[in-house]
Amino acid sequence: MTNLQKYDNAFIETFSIEPEDLNSLLVYQSIQTWDSVGHLSLMAAIEEAFNIMFDTEDIIDFSSYEKGKLLLHKNGVVVE
Amino acid sequence: MNKILEGKVCLITGSNRGIGRAIVEAFASEGAVIYANARKENSLDEIIDAMYIKYGALITPLYFDVTDINAVKSAVVKIKTENNKIDVLVNNAGIMRDALIQMSTTELMHETFAVNVFAVINLIQYVSRIMFRQNNGSIINIASIVGSSGSAGQVVYSASKGAVIALTKAAAKEFAANNIRVNAISPGMIDTSMLQGIGEDRIRINLQNIKLGRLGTPAEIANAAVFLASDMSSYISGQILGVDGAMVI
Repeated sequence: MTNLQKYDNAFIETFSIEPEDLNSLLVYQSIQTWDSVGHLSLMAAIEEAFNIMFDTEDIIDFSSYEKGKLLLHKNGVVVE
Repeated sequence: MNKILEGKVCLITGSNRGIGRAIVEAFASEGAVIYANARKENSLDEIIDAMYIKYGALITPLYFDVTDINAVKSAVVKIKTENNKIDVLVNNAGIMRDALIQMSTTELMHETFAVNVFAVINLIQYVSRIMFRQNNGSIINIASIVGSSGSAGQVVYSASKGAVIALTKAAAKEFAANNIRVNAISPGMIDTSMLQGIGEDRIRINLQNIKLGRLGTPAEIANAAVFLASDMSSYISGQILGVDGAMVI
């Protein structure tokens, strides 16, 4: 499984959404399931998938599907 | 006989002396997988050897300053990588510096709150992220009777422990949905080197306020920690357990 697939799966499984929903329009609170509680679940799923631990600031900055890729890169994971 | 912490992965801060050391021993005797934290390199050597000889316990030392966020993060990642879980966090590391209100410096306030409060929150932040994933966990914070009752000459320390009590109750509410329990132990006067620092005269005066008529021992705090860490306390969260010999201040 590629890093992109792992990344996408975290969103799909956490928010119960479809692959076609994964785009630049997917941002925090743009869908009902991506609320504050869902956000922490997403962070946990991504950390588990890549065996990393975000800084608290990263969790706050993780504002969109695309921004998340940049934050993963900062944590040594290339998603492409 | 079954050991009630068998296989539970536990991180205990401030483990090299006093109450922290007693908690390490109690957890070791109950079969826990222990990651013991202390700031000073090699300060855990003696207890690690002693616990291995006495209980066959394997204790992993983690030397870091609890106020160093990057070190906290590295420690949590190490435990997670090696065990794939963290069952118990004991926030024991703390400092007590006495000063009258008018003599409490800003530096003292910052230093005390950095260790006694902010580090506790940071550790909870990182460890709870692991506990979220496993939908289980027990967090035990070491507060103090002065956190609820106050103590002359300890305004900053009292305030910091009051904050520990408040954050314990708040975290318990926030984490309940994830089956993470958060409790605090509120020791009275416990016979440790930290207490001896206040002087024999003051200890003698304070003894009059302890209905059981004696100082507590670190082992008696550790016993409470074992209970709160174990599944025997599975329906207990958000509680501040006084272990103080019915002390009144």
